Amino acid sequence: MSQIAQTVRSLFLVEFVKALGLSMRYFFKPKATVNYPFEKGPVSPRFRGEHALRRYPNGQERCIACKLCEAICPAQAITIEAGPRRNDGTRRTIRYDIDMVKCIYCGFCQEACPVDAIVEGPNFEFATETREELYYDKAKLLANGDRWERELARNIALDAPYR
Amino acid sequence: MTKLKVDGNEIEVPDHYTLLQAAEEAGAEIPRFCFHERLSIAGNCRMCLIEVKGGPPKPAASCAMGVRDLRPGPEGQLPEIFTNTPMVKKAREGVMEFLLINHPLDCPICDQGGECDLQDQAMAYGVDSSRYKENKRAVEDKYIGPLVKTIMTRCIHCTRCVRFTTEVAGISELGLVGRGEDAEITTFLEQAMTSELQGNVIDLCPVGALTSRPYAFQARPWELTKTQSIDVMDAVGSAIRVDTRGREVLRILPRVNEAVNEEWISDKTRFVWDGLRTQRLDRPYVRRDGKLQPASWQEAFGAIKAKVDATAPERIGAVAGDLVAVEEMWALKQLMAGLGSTSLDCRQDGAMLDPAAGRSSYLFNTTIAGIEEADALLIIGANPRFEAAVLNARIRKRWRMGGFPIGVIGENANLRYDYTYLGAGTDTLTDVARASQGFFDALNNAARPMIIVGSGALAGDNGPGVLSAAAALAREIGAFAEGWNGFNVLHTAASRVGGLDIGFTPGTSGKTFGEMAAGGVDLLFNLGADEVEIAPGAFVVYVGTHGDRGAHRADVILPGAAYTEKDGTFVNLEGRAQVASRAAFPPGDAREDWAIVRALSAVLGKTLPFDSLAALRRDLYQSHPWMRTDRIEPAAHDDILRLAERAGSLGDLRLGSKLGDFYLTNPIARASKVMAECSRLASADKLEAAE
Repeated sequence: MSQIAQTVRSLFLVEFVKALGLSMRYFFKPKATVNYPFEKGPVSPRFRGEHALRRYPNGQERCIACKLCEAICPAQAITIEAGPRRNDGTRRTIRYDIDMVKCIYCGFCQEACPVDAIVEGPNFEFATETREELYYDKAKLLANGDRWERELARNIALDAPYR
Repeated sequence: MTKLKVDGNEIEVPDHYTLLQAAEEAGAEIPRFCFHERLSIAGNCRMCLIEVKGGPPKPAASCAMGVRDLRPGPEGQLPEIFTNTPMVKKAREGVMEFLLINHPLDCPICDQGGECDLQDQAMAYGVDSSRYKENKRAVEDKYIGPLVKTIMTRCIHCTRCVRFTTEVAGISELGLVGRGEDAEITTFLEQAMTSELQGNVIDLCPVGALTSRPYAFQARPWELTKTQSIDVMDAVGSAIRVDTRGREVLRILPRVNEAVNEEWISDKTRFVWDGLRTQRLDRPYVRRDGKLQPASWQEAFGAIKAKVDATAPERIGAVAGDLVAVEEMWALKQLMAGLGSTSLDCRQDGAMLDPAAGRSSYLFNTTIAGIEEADALLIIGANPRFEAAVLNARIRKRWRMGGFPIGVIGENANLRYDYTYLGAGTDTLTDVARASQGFFDALNNAARPMIIVGSGALAGDNGPGVLSAAAALAREIGAFAEGWNGFNVLHTAASRVGGLDIGFTPGTSGKTFGEMAAGGVDLLFNLGADEVEIAPGAFVVYVGTHGDRGAHRADVILPGAAYTEKDGTFVNLEGRAQVASRAAFPPGDAREDWAIVRALSAVLGKTLPFDSLAALRRDLYQSHPWMRTDRIEPAAHDDILRLAERAGSLGDLRLGSKLGDFYLTNPIARASKVMAECSRLASADKLEAAE
């Protein structure tokens, strides 16, 4: 019996027709891929990408060198040195380094930060040609903050109701 | 003893105990801010509230209520207290909420963060939120000196600092002005504090109101590696904890050692650490054409070998400075024996102390804890306030208990307690000994009198005479009894007793330091002695840590390790051998001093019989077994009695401390910026006082 059914399927090319149908179905469906880098997928406000150090609207650095991010970092990727700021003696960082190669992007640093200074932004396109470029220092992180401030502020505002 | 019940458990405690101490004894934890074991009771933080059965229907402050104040139950039941009832919990939460009303939420920028009593207790006993919506109080910060930084908004008015300065340091420099919300801790007219124990208020402060200025923002407590060690800034041998991050020493804190420093340390001990970073010798140098030039270890050793080969053994000498450990001196002594020289000296201040006279002739025999049992004191030619600040606090503690007449021969300085000033010269000492001074009776009538002779009084040709006269006086007043030895020598250098113990002193036909420095030798091994001039002519090999006087005079410099960078035994003035541990590594090419001496011995063909510190110590312990433990061997009285027999000329001298500037006594302190600032302020104070 099965011998006959097999013969009929082979004779009428049933599998070919089925496969063609499937192809046609996917042919007329909307595409799942995006034309990266000209198009990009949507990014959640909670996305944990490249780090940035933020400033207050008046331009003052937020970071107060409390070292909580350094303490919580499970990969020990953050190095901070603190000291009094030159003009008013308040506590600030002298050095704020993140080794982006060590970083595991867990987001604990932004959770620990009491002043929302260190954040992981929506940027994921920071691949470099050399390893050294991934050793971020304070200037690089602050520059990131300046560049991404609008998105960072928006993401924090969007996520605020859930905290 | 009083019996009571704590949380249902019956315990028995001494009558003088407070309820807080009784509860601790029973294993119940009581939170507190103002209570401190070594200070008087203030009872103003109200954190230690507990419930007393049968008492008034409100919580009682356990720190301010004694166990004797408790009443038994109606049928004679034991008095009962509770530390974990709902009433206690509610009381604690209420107090914590009140304390936090005016305490700023600045833990992330506070240096106390992570080691803060308020932080910990708010977590353990507080509630999770505040109901206070009004404006918080803000207080202006005060300048109280270069060592203690104030952030007065954080103050919770426990007044521990006020009580410390008044009671322990002995100078009322801090006070609480105003009441209620206007209460503020301040110095008088924003003056800088002058106490040499002021750093201790930083440890006492339960919040971040008083923090260390040099350490400000440097590190967080969780980043630091803690090493238990021993201080070498004076001869007391205070127990310290050295906190390091990476290679750097970031701060020094006291450890509790009831027998030595209780829990205080002097400012020099606490703030000297910045001197460990500057002016360091990190490579060998050799003097060529009159100039010190960098060299390799081989070149430096080669230069020394050439000089040793060209010098007769009796023209070779060795001296040891104030900060060196016993191990180094032991190694150098063996090396000198190998070279055939007997000219060794560890007494760079020229104090005429002779180990041949017996160990008790140069120790602080009463022991530091023993001061509290003494009932009369005569200080000869010493200023304990600066020579041994922590020991002076112990004398003050005894003085505050009352019935403790103190007499001073020497400098008429402010010692932070009242004393009878007897005179400055050796003639006064003779007068007291002849009983023509009234103070003799005070000493004679005392059951356990003490005499402290400063090492400054023992320097020079009349040193042995002063020592014998003091010993004779001690015998006269009955300072020796069963279990009591009232004869004490107050040393100023951490290495001195250790050096005398291992006999780092001139052997037969050996030269003293004075003779060597005046040109008695052609080759001088200088192990970290910086406080003396060496006459031109001699070839000096300096083993040390800092580019100080000793290094400037040297012909070959071998870089050594400072006290935080090596394991070393230090014998304190009581004769207590204590081991300092390595907290950091020496900079650059610098090595531990004993290893330098060992390597040099191989180059000189007199190889020493040890390859490791452990082997060196085995060697040392064989002949000096008491170095193995930190217990004090009770010293015999006979040595001092023999010493008393020895007549010596007293001369006509003014006795006094030869310490100089308290803040600048050693190369590490002289390299420290903080110490320089303290010294500048102290001398400015002195000038002002003179005007």
